[in-house]
Amino acid sequence: MELLRWDVMRSYLPLYRDAMFLTLRIGWAGILAAIGLGFLCALIRHYKIPVLQNIAGIYIELFRNTPLLVQLFFLYFGLPKIGLDIPAEPCGVLGLALLGGAYMAETFRSGLEAVEPIQMESALSLGMTRTQAVLHVILPQAVSISVPAFVANVVFLLKETSVFSAISLMDLMFTAKDLIGLYYKTLECLTLLVIFYLIILLPVSALGSFLERRLRYAGFGN
Amino acid sequence: MQALGIDVLFKGINMQRLLGGLWISLRISLIAVAFSIVLGLVVGVLMAGDNPVVKAVTRVYLEIVRVMPQMVLLFIVFFGSTRVFGWNIEAEIASIIVFTFWGTAEMADLVRGALISIPKHQYESAAALGLEQGQIYRYIVIPQTLRRLIPLSINLVTRMIKTTSLAMMIGVVEVLKVGQQIIEANRKSSPHAAFGIYACIFVLYFAACWPISMFSKYLERKWS
Repeated sequence: MELLRWDVMRSYLPLYRDAMFLTLRIGWAGILAAIGLGFLCALIRHYKIPVLQNIAGIYIELFRNTPLLVQLFFLYFGLPKIGLDIPAEPCGVLGLALLGGAYMAETFRSGLEAVEPIQMESALSLGMTRTQAVLHVILPQAVSISVPAFVANVVFLLKETSVFSAISLMDLMFTAKDLIGLYYKTLECLTLLVIFYLIILLPVSALGSFLERRLRYAGFGN
Repeated sequence: MQALGIDVLFKGINMQRLLGGLWISLRISLIAVAFSIVLGLVVGVLMAGDNPVVKAVTRVYLEIVRVMPQMVLLFIVFFGSTRVFGWNIEAEIASIIVFTFWGTAEMADLVRGALISIPKHQYESAAALGLEQGQIYRYIVIPQTLRRLIPLSINLVTRMIKTTSLAMMIGVVEVLKVGQQIIEANRKSSPHAAFGIYACIFVLYFAACWPISMFSKYLERKWS
């Protein structure tokens, strides 16, 4: 008896490929939204905009201290009961965006905080407006400081997509579990699962370490 | 508020059942964290050393853990081991194994980071003052390493608690599963209970993790 049946694995390939595209679609949409949300929250928190900064603070603490699975259950099964019916796919994107936004906000904020106050003062004394100073002096430095943590967050969020099967999205985990349940080809299914997650995550992880090497010294005076 | 399941929460022993479910998650994560910290210390010290073979092996291990979702690891251990070895591992044991495997890598990376962040001149100055090797570690290196390490490892506890929610997917009856059972049981009398129950679980997880992460932040600020 051979260990792995290649013909079986080949016949499963299209199913896994579709599942991978779903994972990628939801993953990247969620991550992009998370970056926007996180950036907004970080700016609000850093520049201490009244009222909004309290809301952002509560949101960040709430979503950083609960698992994505629980958030998704609440969004997908809980909210319809008060009339907010979100289909599975947007719900997955929303869940990932909310979770990721909280993590990204903390990352960007620590980047902003790492930029010395003298940078702002110097920019202002050169005659820049506050907005110009933030756009051209503070943000470029803050962003390059947060790159390592940012990449770690992206990898973390892509990994978190594996819980989407819980809200009946046909992602990689769902496909694997389904096929195991149907045909008992456990090893073939698990091997394909590992291979497809490697296809998704290895390039990101590699790109991350490349970026980290290139960007680490972008800050002034290092 | 009857329609939203707040009443279901306080009906009978439902609240105790939910808390019992939360305890199952917490127990898994505490056991896994305890193993991870001990094993992670050993692996971390090995990683900071200079044996090239050990370094390569631990590096591969770290990459695997970093790239593979914990869910995939859970599936491999839970379904794969039954298939290959014919073992019948309990879901709870399987999750402890997987979370320990994951946590050890995370902890080892923290230990390694803390160890190599001690500048070389600390060792040299200590030696110049006449301290012996044992004394250098006892009075100079270990106290500084621990200060960096303790807040981060406390943070690992909250990450572990959040990750254990995945155990539900291989059939551990923890807080989410108990919530589902309660919702099912009250489907007729309170069809909208899902909102209240899941909101409550959300709050329970928050209540479990938030104080720990606050404590970790406090220590980090105090010691840095």
